[in-house]
Amino acid sequence: MERDFWQRFSKNELALAGCVIVVCLFFVSLLAPWISPYDPTEIHLDNILAAPSADHWLGTDQLGRDVLSRMIWGSQISLKVGFVSTGIAIFIGTLLGAVAGYYGRMVDTVIMRFVDIMLCFPTFFLILAVIAVLEPSIWNIMVIIGITGWMGITRLVRADFISLKERDFVQAARAIGASDFRIIFIHILPNAMASILVAATLGIAGAILTESALSFLGIGVQPPTPSWGNILTAGKDNIDIAWWLSLFPGLAILVTVLGYNMLGEGIRDTLDPRLRG
Amino acid sequence: MIPLLFGITIICFSVMHLAPGSPTDLQTQMNPRASAELRERLRAMYDLDKPLHVQYALWVRKLAVLDLGTSFSPDRRNVSDKILERLPVTVSLNVLSMILILSIAIPIGVLSAVHQGSLFDKLTGVFVFIGFAVPTFWLALLLMILFGVNLDWLPISGLRSLNYEYMPPLAAFADLIKHLILPVTLAAFGGLAGLSRYMRSNMLEVIRQDYIVTARAKGLSERAVIYKHALRNALLPVITLLGLSVPGLIGGSVIFETIFGIPGMGQLFYMSVMSRDYPVVMGILVIGAVLTLLGNLLADISYALADPRIRIS
Repeated sequence: MERDFWQRFSKNELALAGCVIVVCLFFVSLLAPWISPYDPTEIHLDNILAAPSADHWLGTDQLGRDVLSRMIWGSQISLKVGFVSTGIAIFIGTLLGAVAGYYGRMVDTVIMRFVDIMLCFPTFFLILAVIAVLEPSIWNIMVIIGITGWMGITRLVRADFISLKERDFVQAARAIGASDFRIIFIHILPNAMASILVAATLGIAGAILTESALSFLGIGVQPPTPSWGNILTAGKDNIDIAWWLSLFPGLAILVTVLGYNMLGEGIRDTLDPRLRG
Repeated sequence: MIPLLFGITIICFSVMHLAPGSPTDLQTQMNPRASAELRERLRAMYDLDKPLHVQYALWVRKLAVLDLGTSFSPDRRNVSDKILERLPVTVSLNVLSMILILSIAIPIGVLSAVHQGSLFDKLTGVFVFIGFAVPTFWLALLLMILFGVNLDWLPISGLRSLNYEYMPPLAAFADLIKHLILPVTLAAFGGLAGLSRYMRSNMLEVIRQDYIVTARAKGLSERAVIYKHALRNALLPVITLLGLSVPGLIGGSVIFETIFGIPGMGQLFYMSVMSRDYPVVMGILVIGAVLTLLGNLLADISYALADPRIRIS
């Protein structure tokens, strides 16, 4: 099964291309201290809003900071936000979905009702409202994106659990006296991993988009910490003079999100070609 | 419906009470002359001195008659007035972009399904895939630079020009349209990719059905088969999707209205978040959720109206 997966995965061009993008971004953010040409927070007021040149490949911002360096360091933020907030969403979503699907009845009704209620809120509104109450810091952003993004995963895992719990291997586990905890996490969950993995990969893309929008609005990652979104804020403020501040960070977001989406779709195709939409 | 409304109010209320300290701190901290006594009076004014469940009950009772309290901002206006005067702008912008989405996405979806595997299908497939990944606020910036700054064709901020009041009616209308082009196009962009993909897979599903084979077998023209028999069935699930896309559109209005300086509910929400105007934030949160609920309800009703099979069962 596993060998089969890698074999098909390596033949899937979409997945491979996505994989290459994602791995490259990993390296960029890991190696940020060594590959970024300048200090991302170093201010040079004598060289503000300089157009791209040999010294500053992607130009400088309104405080004379090197845009390329800020983007390289900004990739760390995207990576952190993407993984941590998706991790939180997967944790909550899987736990609630598993419990709802496995136990059914009252538990299921209560959990799914809660999901319905959460889905009534425009997610962006909910995120903004929580930020209005708490401080906009990177940790708060991660947690907030995580706790407002688990509902889809709950539905997915629940559906998997409902069909899986009727299968023979679950009956067998129950017959030898396995506890509910063991059946849920050791026997059923591994079989639901495929759809969780796909949802996680696509979730990372969504979280990166949300973080960049929040930072762009000035309620996400706060300057001087560089993030792709807050460089774009500077782009908007200088829209009539400095196009490079608007173009490059957005391109970085686009390529990153595209990478995770391609990887996610690729994994989905590999695991279950019938799911292809 | 009722349990959902109850849940919505509970969540809104708890979000607002996550705050460390009291919301009135913001008003008193900056003011060195604010005494402890004044602070207490403010707390009493906003019912903050009462136990939580009492506060909640008081809040819901007011909510039921659309009394959302008074804004913390210096104008001290009624929250519901503030929101209601901005709601029409947001709703009409969203309706316009919804119309745009439908009129582009449905033909794209149908054509790429009917000509599955063709060049058109492949190109739109790529477009859709990229469309999912484009941060729309970034696209907005790029279009503002291109059409607003470089070409100087379209205005990039607000709904009206400064000299709007001195224009003849026709020119004023044209002015409004010009201001709307960029925001509406961009608000539509986000939903375009999703809906055209959805339409395509619906159509592919429908084309495989037996009744399509029957329609072809009895000698109908391909045109009649696709546009009369297949399309109408493929359109049905779109109604549900429209209902589901309401929260996304409303949520997105924060970004567009802020970027383009449009005085709608989204912009008010953003400004209230920035100034921590809790009554307004809480009010818009409730209204956003209720609008979503209404959208879903409307979708359910129109689905039943459009599909006789559901009406009968």
